[in-house]
Amino acid sequence: MSEQSGNPGGAARTRLGVLKTYKLFVGGKFPRSESGRVYEVTDTRGNWLANAPLASRKDARDAVVAARKAFGGWSGATAYNRGQILYRIAEMLEGRREQFTAEVAAAEGLSKAKAAARVDAAVDRWVWYAGWSDKIAQVAGGANPVAGPYFNLSTPEPTGVVAVLAPQESSLLGLVSVLAPVIVSGNTAVVVASERAPLPALSLAEVLATSDLPGGVVNVLSGRTAEIAAPLAAHQDVNAIDLAGADADLAKELETAAADNLKRVLRPADGGSAASDWSTDPGVKRMLAFVETKTVWHPVGV
Amino acid sequence: MSPMFEYAPAPESRAVVDIAPSYGLFVDGEFREAAGGRSFKTLSPSTEEVLAEVAHAGAEDVDAAVAAARRAFASWSALPGSERAKYLFRIARIIQERSRELAVLETLDNGKPIRETRDADLPLVAAHFFYHAGWADKLAHAGYGPDPRPLGVAAQVIPWNFPLLMLAWKVAPALACGNTVVLKPAETTPLSALFFADVCRQAGLPGGVVNILTGDGSTGAALVAHEGVDKVAFTGSTAVGKQIARTVAGTRKKLTLELGGKGANIVFDDAPIDQAVEGIVNGIYFNQGQVCCAGSRLLVQESVQDELLEALRRRLSTLRVGDPLDKNTDVGAINSAEQLARITELADSGEAEGAERWSPACELPERGFWFAPTVFTNVTQAHRIAREEIFGPVLSVLSFRTPDEAVAKANNSQYGLSAGVWTEKGSRILAMANRLRAGVVWANTFNKFDPTSPFGGYRESGFGREGGRHGLEAYLDV
Repeated sequence: MSEQSGNPGGAARTRLGVLKTYKLFVGGKFPRSESGRVYEVTDTRGNWLANAPLASRKDARDAVVAARKAFGGWSGATAYNRGQILYRIAEMLEGRREQFTAEVAAAEGLSKAKAAARVDAAVDRWVWYAGWSDKIAQVAGGANPVAGPYFNLSTPEPTGVVAVLAPQESSLLGLVSVLAPVIVSGNTAVVVASERAPLPALSLAEVLATSDLPGGVVNVLSGRTAEIAAPLAAHQDVNAIDLAGADADLAKELETAAADNLKRVLRPADGGSAASDWSTDPGVKRMLAFVETKTVWHPVGV
Repeated sequence: MSPMFEYAPAPESRAVVDIAPSYGLFVDGEFREAAGGRSFKTLSPSTEEVLAEVAHAGAEDVDAAVAAARRAFASWSALPGSERAKYLFRIARIIQERSRELAVLETLDNGKPIRETRDADLPLVAAHFFYHAGWADKLAHAGYGPDPRPLGVAAQVIPWNFPLLMLAWKVAPALACGNTVVLKPAETTPLSALFFADVCRQAGLPGGVVNILTGDGSTGAALVAHEGVDKVAFTGSTAVGKQIARTVAGTRKKLTLELGGKGANIVFDDAPIDQAVEGIVNGIYFNQGQVCCAGSRLLVQESVQDELLEALRRRLSTLRVGDPLDKNTDVGAINSAEQLARITELADSGEAEGAERWSPACELPERGFWFAPTVFTNVTQAHRIAREEIFGPVLSVLSFRTPDEAVAKANNSQYGLSAGVWTEKGSRILAMANRLRAGVVWANTFNKFDPTSPFGGYRESGFGREGGRHGLEAYLDV
């Protein structure tokens, strides 16, 4: 008779947990870093949590290729379709609140209640942006009453592939707050997760992978922010970069590199991402940073 | 024209929907009998079978529903917009989940083809809730000031031609903006609204936020006249719209009206004829022509008239009229005996006034309310069939020679809801659009709807817009 079934009232043997192998998320797949490198991720008290992939420059370039490949389909999808997919992400994330609460608590040194509140806010942030997909053009675009017999309409369009340096401190809510406004308008993203606390970002990739989001729309890399960000900022096929997770020195360096192909740059908040309060009303700033306004003229006359 | 091949029957299963023998009024989150104990029957217009018996709301029930909506308003309007949004997203998702059930139900109660309820009505209903869900926490961005406030209790009276879609057009923006509602569905199509009450239950919507009163015109009249109502929204006939405008005169009630139409579908000689024919057919035979924005007047440039009409008759000969639940059916039943009588009377007047009547050969079922797709030629602007809204599958054909003449004829109407323009020349489309006095102008397409796109009329087609950013204004104190 086995111990487990034969002796229910006796000393139960402690079950050994199964640990997760955290991987990158590129092109809808979960590869390890091509470099074979990992780094140790700990909680705020220094306890080992996992080994995360230490992504290389090559991983960054691969992610850009995947993001570019996904851009046509994603930017060409209807706004309604994109909105439903963002809402689906909220649904999937809501279903994994327990897991994310534990990961965020460990990553950010928060009580369970506080971590749960951050996860809830992250879910609600996806819902907020889901609703923007078919409204941003109505708020940021419109007919222009030009002085002549012309129809004239301005519409925001996604800029292309956006590199996103996720905030360093807010591992999930901060990440969602910078990622969702990039993709809602039809951009595709290469995300560099918080260097010290990448696990919620890598787990979020599993949510994205099961939310009808086409592969390559979001790609998630973990590792040294400075190492991965440099090739992204200099990459000729990246159209914009969000520097939320860069400190002042790195931000200046990356913005300088980004000037080479005139990437659109969203600077970090004054005082860096530590000073950012991700719980406040996001407004439309982050969406507008990554759209191009296209104006169409057409003559009017019989 | 004899058919090239026969279609086998392809009926959609009725088993997906479970209709109860009787329904009460939905007030304060619960179903209840009408205070007066009255009820009426709702029929399937394609078979005249009784589908269910529903409560007939009287003045006392209107009182109760308005009071419930008033009680619910305080907490509903005080909710953060992001929480209201989540209720509406839930409703959108549940409608998506239950869309086949609701499509079959709508087809049974209304008589329209399952192809339309399944592919047009229900997707648009879900999309309308999804779109407005997103507005609930973004009203500060809508262009109505930093913190636009709701109006209060909205009285909403909707028609039978798109029962659930008209409910969505009314309820979604009202709730998103923070209002509570008392909705009266049409007498002949109450069922989908009552099923919507169950969707609200599944979504956990607080009681009293949505109240549904079934009844007839007297119920609607009592509702819009009720002192506890802050907003009246009506979709239906111009005659009733005018009565309502008189009723709310001198009150605080904000009013929006979406009324009748006599849409002109204008085809120029350079238009792609086959596409135009599809657009004309969609414009007037979609939903048996029971569409306020139907393209019921065809204005065709003289030089292509014969060619176009020949192609149109050929196309109409392939339309399948019959069992609305058959997935191959193009044209279903007329919604009621009363509406059938009205269509018949107007069509007869067309003949009597000298227009030439034509219908394709088609066998109409013996039971139910049916009217064959009909085309009138030799129509003048003075004929009743060119002036009055028929609200049936009847097309009146007029011709023109110049763009000016087309504009003059198109605008020669008390109505101003929709128009269509068919031409390959973009600048002409835009010039025509500028000059047409209509709230919606479709170019090289017709009868397109989207929750992001405002809809509504000029002149006696009513005022106010539904849908889009513009539609929010109707439910905000701005």
